[in-house]
Amino acid sequence: MKNTINILITIIMTAGLVGCNNSEDKRGNGGQGGLATNAAEKVYVAPGDHDEFYAFFSGGYSGNLTVYGLPSGRMFKEIPVFSQFATSGYGYSEETKPMLNTSFGFVPWDDSHHPDISQTNGKLDGRWIFINGNNTPRIARIDLETFETEEIIEIPNSAGNHSSSFITENTEYVVAGTRFSVPVPQRDMSIKDYKGNFKGAISFLSVDQDTGRMDIKFQLMMPGFNYDLSHPGRDKSHGWFFFTTYNTEEANTLLEVNASQNDKDFIAAVNWKLIEEYVNNGGGTKMPAEYAHNVYDHDTHAATSTMKKEVLTVDPTKVPGAVYFLPTPKSPHGVDVDPTGEYIIGNGKLSADLTVHSFTKMIDAIEKKNFDGEAYGIPILKFDDVLAGTVKQGGLGPLHTEFDGKGNAYTTFFISSEVVKWKLGTWEVLDRQPVFYSVGHGMIPGGNSREPFGKYFVAMNKITKDRYLPTGPELEHSAQLFDITGDKMELLLDFPTHGEPHYAAGIPADIIKNNSKKFYKLAENKHEHATITDADARVERKGNEVHVYMTMIRSHFNPDNIEGIKVGDKVYFHVTNHEQDFDVPHGFAMIGANNSELLIMPGQTKTLLWEPKKVGVWPFYCTDFCSALHQEMQGYIRVSPASSNIELSWGLGED
Amino acid sequence: MKKIMKSLAAIAILTLISCGGKEEKKSNDIQIGQKPDATEATKEEPVSTVKPSETVDLTNKGVGPIKSVELGATVDQAMAAKGMEVYKTKCMACHKVDKKFIGPPPTGILERRTPEWIMNMILDPEGMTKNDPLAKALLMEFNGSPMANQNLTEEEARQVLEYFRTL
Repeated sequence: MKNTINILITIIMTAGLVGCNNSEDKRGNGGQGGLATNAAEKVYVAPGDHDEFYAFFSGGYSGNLTVYGLPSGRMFKEIPVFSQFATSGYGYSEETKPMLNTSFGFVPWDDSHHPDISQTNGKLDGRWIFINGNNTPRIARIDLETFETEEIIEIPNSAGNHSSSFITENTEYVVAGTRFSVPVPQRDMSIKDYKGNFKGAISFLSVDQDTGRMDIKFQLMMPGFNYDLSHPGRDKSHGWFFFTTYNTEEANTLLEVNASQNDKDFIAAVNWKLIEEYVNNGGGTKMPAEYAHNVYDHDTHAATSTMKKEVLTVDPTKVPGAVYFLPTPKSPHGVDVDPTGEYIIGNGKLSADLTVHSFTKMIDAIEKKNFDGEAYGIPILKFDDVLAGTVKQGGLGPLHTEFDGKGNAYTTFFISSEVVKWKLGTWEVLDRQPVFYSVGHGMIPGGNSREPFGKYFVAMNKITKDRYLPTGPELEHSAQLFDITGDKMELLLDFPTHGEPHYAAGIPADIIKNNSKKFYKLAENKHEHATITDADARVERKGNEVHVYMTMIRSHFNPDNIEGIKVGDKVYFHVTNHEQDFDVPHGFAMIGANNSELLIMPGQTKTLLWEPKKVGVWPFYCTDFCSALHQEMQGYIRVSPASSNIELSWGLGED
Repeated sequence: MKKIMKSLAAIAILTLISCGGKEEKKSNDIQIGQKPDATEATKEEPVSTVKPSETVDLTNKGVGPIKSVELGATVDQAMAAKGMEVYKTKCMACHKVDKKFIGPPPTGILERRTPEWIMNMILDPEGMTKNDPLAKALLMEFNGSPMANQNLTEEEARQVLEYFRTL
């Protein structure tokens, strides 16, 4: 082992020497050169060893969530969330189609943005991870025992569900704010009449602490601005939630210019505890709505979709003291709250400076009622009253800030492609490192919680260009890992990420790895079409519907010969994996199925619909190499003409 | 990953073995598509002429968690009934009661194997096929098809054993 490490290091050091002679510091080491660094050792996770952290990256336009290890940058899994996923059959199997149901019908895709891990007392607890679908507004909850999407709830009255899905410090609420304001309720009206007529809905979803089930507790109907990002208050500011806004101009066209007219937009500070109390006392107005609530059950291995018809709305002007606006320069994008809850950082994306508000000063100003007017009935606080400080000339185009729990903040700068480390309280810039290229979000494991694990910082870069071997015009995005334990950040590793990671959430592996499920117990399988006893494998016909109750184990299907299927039938294969061991999935693929495969975990049942169109004898087979006899794991189905009288028959191993 | 490597190694070995076998069969078209003849398999192993599945070994306790099992003088029918239920859901996909299927039938197993060997085979088939020569030979007799670890508890395996006493 040590020899291998030494050889690797030698190679890397040699490469470093050569590289340094003719490159323009693309390593971002500030000219330290290969000899000065042991970066390779720091990211080397020996074969068979485990990473120290899980990192969950949003998939952006893939609609999914990817799981990586840090510091190695190895990808472990892509969890299907909002998009059909042929690899496992998610969204293709009969059981999971309901997961993608919405008030618009079946929507097989979304744009996933901001994962956030559940917390208790402001600390990561690793029960669930939440993520938002931006395009057709939805919030998903993924179970961190099974690493499967368990629940998706649609958000009505919302559009561009971007200031989501951030959670309060005891996972009381998941918050979903709209980026695009829209008419509420939706109606046929002129776009030009946007100003003053559109609304921005901010939804607070309660979370059941036992089951994780979400429910929209209330929607705050804010003025028609764009609610861009949000973060909860924590510790001293627990009970508040902060949202950045832009387009306070309420422009409806050419926003690139028209939404950048005001020198300052707002951070909206929402006292959700006050609104919760108001709602619990009967406050708010119920309005008709239509939104899907989809729940996957790990005992039935199936999802159900329920259409909800009503949502409780709250007019912020009816709850005095619930909402205030904090003027914040230059169309702020990210809003981040430090681990103590005192500092609220507004990342003005068209600026070079960062604006830091003080929670204490904000409460003072509210108590003194020092307002600078109001917008749509919501009091505006005076900029100078709430300002804690400014980080000067941090870089160009600040987007997001994370914290290391040691009094430092790390802000990404998109325009100047760098990460800047600065000190909370003194606002002094301590270090800056270039990134390649154009960083969006950054992530420190636990870096948006009360207790960050300040060892690594991951920059999620939007532009890759020459960082990897070219793969045609389309490139994977590039993440960069920094060691942040020293005074200066040290670039350790580049690794590609799938889709477009916006935000990510990291957590020490120890918090979740021992809870990770190894297989589903067959005895607990409550699927309505499960075949628990091999002797019950059978085929049933109901009119032109045929139900195949099939089992699979290394390495055969039961039954594997079926006759009596006719053209025009709808054949449902209900396939139960009888394995009861870790990492023995089997696949099921049927020739000509206008569908995907099924990848079935041990103890699980999944259903594939096949509508045979051609007469003949058609094979099916296992797609996941399961044993030395995997190639033998196959079967045949005889398809006869629609007019045929052939009786249904089936078997396995009969002569 | 380890499993894949193991599977690949097994495939490589199987490929080597099967290549040798096929040459012998070339002149005999009738055998193609037939089940492998057990006597032919034993020809390749000159050491023993008895098939592993028919070998009687009532001293070998196997390798695994079970060191000793006490069998009652008579069959515990309630325990056997529970064992049958477990057998139906977790074993029968590969083991028919009284005929060879994917694996050997359990009928009469206690005349050939110790109770400990049986339970160790149920509880840790991977370890047994690796460390117990008889289990290893059985794997080859049964076509290289590995016995699945169905993660029975020790109690369930004991119940299945009691059920086997009734067969």
